[in-house]
Amino acid sequence: MATSYSKVGEMTTNDGVPLKVSLQRSQRKLKIWAFLLVAPLLLFIIVSFIIPVVNMSLRGVENPQVHTIMPNVTKALARWEGVDLPDEATYAALVLDLQEGRKNKNIGKVASRLNYERSGMRRVISGSARKAVKLTEGPYKKQMIKIDKSWGDVAVWSLIKRESGQFTFSYLISAVDYRTNDQGNIEAKPENKQIYKALFGRTLIMSFTITAICILLAYPIAYLLATLPLAKSNLLMILVLLPFWTSLLVRTTTWIVLLQTQGVLNDVLVWMNIIDEAGRLQMIFNKTGTIVAMTHILLPFMILPLYSVMKTIPPTYMRAALSLGANPVVAFVRVYIPMTVSGIGAGSLLVFILSIGYYITPALVGGQSGLLISNMIAYHMQNSLNWGLAGALGFILLVIVMVFYSIFNKVIGIDKMKMG
Amino acid sequence: MAIPTYAGKLERSWYYSYRVICALIFLFLIGPILIIIPLSFNVQPYFTFTPEMLSLDPAGYSLRWYEEFFASEEWMRSIKNSFFVAICSTIIATSLGTLAALGLSRPEMPYRALLMSILISPMIVPLIISAAGMFFFYSSINLAGTFLGLILAHTALGIPFVVITVTATLSGFDYSLTRAAAALGANPRTVFFKIMLPLVTPGVISGALFAFITSFDEVVVAIFVAGPEQRTIPLQMWGGIREQISPTILAVATLLVIISIMLLTFLELIRRRSERQRGLAPG
Repeated sequence: MATSYSKVGEMTTNDGVPLKVSLQRSQRKLKIWAFLLVAPLLLFIIVSFIIPVVNMSLRGVENPQVHTIMPNVTKALARWEGVDLPDEATYAALVLDLQEGRKNKNIGKVASRLNYERSGMRRVISGSARKAVKLTEGPYKKQMIKIDKSWGDVAVWSLIKRESGQFTFSYLISAVDYRTNDQGNIEAKPENKQIYKALFGRTLIMSFTITAICILLAYPIAYLLATLPLAKSNLLMILVLLPFWTSLLVRTTTWIVLLQTQGVLNDVLVWMNIIDEAGRLQMIFNKTGTIVAMTHILLPFMILPLYSVMKTIPPTYMRAALSLGANPVVAFVRVYIPMTVSGIGAGSLLVFILSIGYYITPALVGGQSGLLISNMIAYHMQNSLNWGLAGALGFILLVIVMVFYSIFNKVIGIDKMKMG
Repeated sequence: MAIPTYAGKLERSWYYSYRVICALIFLFLIGPILIIIPLSFNVQPYFTFTPEMLSLDPAGYSLRWYEEFFASEEWMRSIKNSFFVAICSTIIATSLGTLAALGLSRPEMPYRALLMSILISPMIVPLIISAAGMFFFYSSINLAGTFLGLILAHTALGIPFVVITVTATLSGFDYSLTRAAAALGANPRTVFFKIMLPLVTPGVISGALFAFITSFDEVVVAIFVAGPEQRTIPLQMWGGIREQISPTILAVATLLVIISIMLLTFLELIRRRSERQRGLAPG
């Protein structure tokens, strides 16, 4: 009954195609059209941005050095059990690989790779490679141990075996201040070598501090802008937008000029006799400098979302609370602030996400104590050239940022964000 | 926000102290930017006000740092590079970004949230990670140290701003206008150019300005991707601040502040214009 009814009632287009099918077809066409508009940009972003970033993160686990430059040792060690010293064939493979590596001038890569895991390995590998060239016939085991007694150390061989895989976790382990000891167990690094956990901690704490100061400073300003008549608030808005549009380097420079020991602020304090010439304050090139400059730079990112939320709150709510007998402070705390929570959330997450990955400002005004994790990544990229570790640190930073970003997206939604 | 006449003593004092607090915060925001302007005219190579400057003695002021700036071949080249890179990347970012925003704002767009987060990602990923990633990637395809590499890198960074601003403009777009135009006999192309584009243009322009300033002010990626031939103004400043700040930097900073004031004014004019236009459109 039902089927026959639907057959009778089925509507068709002029060509006799059921309307439903026709609608679906045109919907699909629209979908494809919409997607085609997005496709060029999507392709561009994936190729020029997503692939490089993923590639960079993968460097934190990639481990090509031993694997590709010492293929024979890698193969020979695969069947080694790791209890006693390896057999003669493995030593022969070692000599062969060292000779090859020296000929191809890439043995240094293995040397520095292994040196990250165990200091002294650079000397062991490079030195042995130099001397191994002269070896012509076996037995190699004795000769190699004579060249460098490290080759008689089971721990060295386990290290090479451990790092002979295509992938390694040792950078990631190292990025959270752990290491693999000679027995192959993961243990905490000695206290004086633990730097990254403290640095991640400092980055998080400083980002929290900056976010909190931004809330405190942005709230009164946003409230003022939202409650003033439009003509006045537009004028004052310029004072917020001008810093927002001013070059980051200009804003950082200006804080150096203001805060340095021979700078404007110290001069004013000396002139007002608050401090004497000898007591000039060290306000920059330390943590204070980083916090002050970054707060200044990120403050507009807090003011703007707060302002856009506050503008939508009708003033009648506050008046209603007051006329119902609430004291102004109570009315403000219990009625007004709860309505601005979404703005506080949006601004805080934005400021926090931006400050956690900040590089330029801490590098210029942070001195030693004001450096953040990004600066350490830059150091490993440019100075120590330990790109694997840079990749691992970057990966951890990326994961932290992504967690906060997904919270931001869930709570606020990136498409709701407004700028300017 | 004006204080009522019946306000008590406590309310009055709170009102005024609130105003003072706000004034101090505004001073914190704007003061540091304004203070470098007079300092850039200092005749001495110091970063503080000399007694001559404070007594408004003309001898305390000079244009020597500006002369130094305009006479320096390095700085002049960096200006050229900065404008070239910023304009090229703005053009690419704006055209691709606007197209994508048109697609994203269609109601039938599948996976919108996912696509949006991919397109926005250059704004979220910490710059140092983007920079390091681009350095490896562009080196592997021989684009590191070329203008093309730097332009592509800056384009990627500018795209999120274009996508966000244009999508925001389109989300307020009244599609019945296009339907009305179509019903009145306009073909799709006419609808796009005569109806849609004029209403979307303010969003596109402000997106373009964001993309421009993003590239114009970008340092981190430039440090890694640009070669000595591509030194931009921010790179030149970065080097200058790290080694030994010369007052020439303050002259450059002043000029950059003037550029941002110009951009801001331009943006404000566009905003007002579009508000007027929207006010005329039937709501």
